[in-house]
Amino acid sequence: MSAPLQPRPILFPFLALTLAALLVSGCAKTGSTPAPNASSAKKILHVGNGAEPQDLDPQVTTGVTEHHLLMALFEGLVAEHPSGEGIAPGVAESWETSSDQLTWTFHLRANAKWSNGDPVTAHDFIRSYQRILTPVFAAEYSYQLYVVEGAEDFNKGALTDFAKTGFAALDDHTLVLRLVQPVPYLLYALRHTSWFPVHLPTIEKFGPTDRKGSAWTRAGNLVGNGPFILTKWLPNQAITVDRSPTYWNAAAVKLDTIVFHPVEDNNTEERMFRSGQLDVTETIPTDKIDTYRREHPELLRLDPFYGTYYYNLNLTRPPLDDVRVRRALALALDREAIVKTILRAGQEPAYHFTPPYAGYTPSDKLTGGLAEARRLLAEAGYPEGKGLRRLEILYNTSEAHKAVAEAVQQMWRTGLGVEVALRNEEWKVYLDSKDNLAYDICRAGWIGDFPDPHGFLEVFISGGGNNDTGYANPDYDRLLKSALGVPDQTARMNIYRRLDSLLTRDVPEIPLYFYKRVHLINPRVQNWVPNIIDNRGWQYIDIAPVPASEGD
Amino acid sequence: MLRFIFRRLLETIPVLLIIASATFFMLRLVPGGPFTAEKAVSKEILRNLQAHYGMDKPLPAQYADYLWDITPKRFAPWRLFTDLDRNESPDFDLKAAFGINLGPSFKYPNRTVNEIIADKLPHSLELGLWALAVALALGVPLGVLAAMRKNTSVDYAASTLAMVGICVPTFVMGPLLVLFFALHLRWFNASGWYFASDRVLPAATLGLVYAAYVARLTRGGMLEVLNQDYIRTARAKGATETRIVLRHALRGGLLPVVTFLGPAIAGIISGSFVIETIFQIPGLGREFVTSAFNRDYTLVSGTGLLYAGLIVALNRAVDVVQVWLSPRLKFE
Repeated sequence: MSAPLQPRPILFPFLALTLAALLVSGCAKTGSTPAPNASSAKKILHVGNGAEPQDLDPQVTTGVTEHHLLMALFEGLVAEHPSGEGIAPGVAESWETSSDQLTWTFHLRANAKWSNGDPVTAHDFIRSYQRILTPVFAAEYSYQLYVVEGAEDFNKGALTDFAKTGFAALDDHTLVLRLVQPVPYLLYALRHTSWFPVHLPTIEKFGPTDRKGSAWTRAGNLVGNGPFILTKWLPNQAITVDRSPTYWNAAAVKLDTIVFHPVEDNNTEERMFRSGQLDVTETIPTDKIDTYRREHPELLRLDPFYGTYYYNLNLTRPPLDDVRVRRALALALDREAIVKTILRAGQEPAYHFTPPYAGYTPSDKLTGGLAEARRLLAEAGYPEGKGLRRLEILYNTSEAHKAVAEAVQQMWRTGLGVEVALRNEEWKVYLDSKDNLAYDICRAGWIGDFPDPHGFLEVFISGGGNNDTGYANPDYDRLLKSALGVPDQTARMNIYRRLDSLLTRDVPEIPLYFYKRVHLINPRVQNWVPNIIDNRGWQYIDIAPVPASEGD
Repeated sequence: MLRFIFRRLLETIPVLLIIASATFFMLRLVPGGPFTAEKAVSKEILRNLQAHYGMDKPLPAQYADYLWDITPKRFAPWRLFTDLDRNESPDFDLKAAFGINLGPSFKYPNRTVNEIIADKLPHSLELGLWALAVALALGVPLGVLAAMRKNTSVDYAASTLAMVGICVPTFVMGPLLVLFFALHLRWFNASGWYFASDRVLPAATLGLVYAAYVARLTRGGMLEVLNQDYIRTARAKGATETRIVLRHALRGGLLPVVTFLGPAIAGIISGSFVIETIFQIPGLGREFVTSAFNRDYTLVSGTGLLYAGLIVALNRAVDVVQVWLSPRLKFE
């Protein structure tokens, strides 16, 4: 007889699996994060931050996600004002400009310190500017500093001696910027992270300072001068920052800890908010806005945001080279309907390009409705859309953009008899198509880096990298250039009104609406003020403790 | 047996080479690159960016560099768990152990691909293993039960349950479980990967789908085996039904499950993109997909190679286990 079969070791693989899972979970690094509603007296704010940050080096990053984090860890010459509008002193406690507006002198406060105790000096700023402008460093936002004399040349390799640029440190606490031309919005521009100082001695410890991507931004290594310090960075899980004991205004900082959660999916984020894991979300799923509006309006925050959503028109492709056709397409849209039924966050319909915030209001808007649109189309030779070739709307893959495009398609069909096809492309493919003008009509958006109309109107200069329409108007270019030389604020705004009117007249793009920032916010969060470029003054934000009646 | 294993392993090398090369060239043919961004960068900055990553060299040179970087240059698996960032937990250091350098990430400049994989792979593996445990713990008994009580209400119930599990997608099942257990009953967090309790819902969501497949396959395999002559012999000899099933039938009945498990394990680990997004798990599955959207050349190649290696290894393992379970298969 053959030997009896061994007992079926079915249990073995199963136990082995469980054991393996336990072992692996031991290997995997997970941190415990302070749970919300923890009954300690510390003030901890949990924020949904949209995506994992690329890096925490202010001279490397480009995105909004990183921007929110960097505003906690670093501070520039000027800071956010607690009201959400305007400027407050930052590292610089005072400043003045010369009569020709070309030289700005900043007086740095004596008690500004890095998180390792070193004082923040004007030389730190100079060395930081040099780093971001160093050609081999290849910073993508280095162009923000081109307003300073010599910066562009240095960045492009035409100038090799940084001492010959317009950046100068007169002494440890006096910084001078000599500009190429007057920049009336300079103080606002200085709030951008590309102007933030970095601690060069720390960076030097981890590798050459003119190369991106060393380990200096890791938790435990990063030295910043902001209201918070980086305590823990668990990739794709959470970034924890704690209050900085060396920050010059530490006494005014309310929060003890902020935990940033890089939640990419907005449905997941909304569920985390409902379960109490998050106090503030980055956004809300569109289909939940109405529900919140009805049932929990106190949790919903809809704030104006400095951005325009528009459709680029490719002026190099007939029949879009005919302004009458373009204008007809622009007028035949019911923007109110789109905002109300598709977008639902109370966005403002746009009849001109530059958002009406930051002290700017337009003088001209797109006027005339469907009747005018039909008349224009007929005049152009396409009565009731007959004879017009089938156009195509390009957008990057997204449910939201698709819904808007479908509405536009329907409106043009029923209103004008114009047929359009829809084409969606993945983000980078779409960017490529847009850059190369490989489209008829393409969805676009422009968010201002600083609250001034100049940044918006700059988009449509001839040959501009962000123009992407083929619009080239030498009058426009000349007018835009002249705007900065005008000392009077009202006169400058008038120039922008004329430029905006040119865009409204020539219709290289069809404005649709102005953005809104949508958040879900726990009512315990305080001092969360609207800020049109969504800069967060983390030092002012507060969170009320959990009421004693709520148990855990 | 050892020669069999060795021969199979040798066959994997050309497969991996083809995958590495195909990934390399396809990535560079796709429109849009790692530096394509909404706000245009100037030509000079773009040139410097490309130089930083070695992309200014001619393509054959880049390809040669790439192949050299990913070739294992030493054999020191004991160094696989050196501590990369000095934080006391073991890291998966491919460079120290095998000399494989997957390059810096384009999207995350301060992290290398080796580091990203070392950070994230354990989480994906953990999720996958728990899900597999759930799948087997639920699926095998369900399938066996269905087979033993064939064509009764128990069988129909089990089969229906299995069908539901197969048809309901994870992105429906996941939020439903969260809605009920996390938001309504408040037993768990809605998402996150911090506490032990955070493993339950993701593992359940992922495991339930595979449990359904396992149940059906087990049922089918068992039914086939239960018709065999040797089972009839055992019954004739007076063995109890339980003994027949557990000791005699299960070994053969699980064969289809084993065949399925190979690619399934690979799928669980690499295809958990949906679960990782719903439950905010810092795993590699999500990185695998988003790196393609970011045109992060090095990360795409690195994760692609990793998964190719895993799938190939798992398929070989399946071959070996099958032969172990049923030595007849060695000659097929």
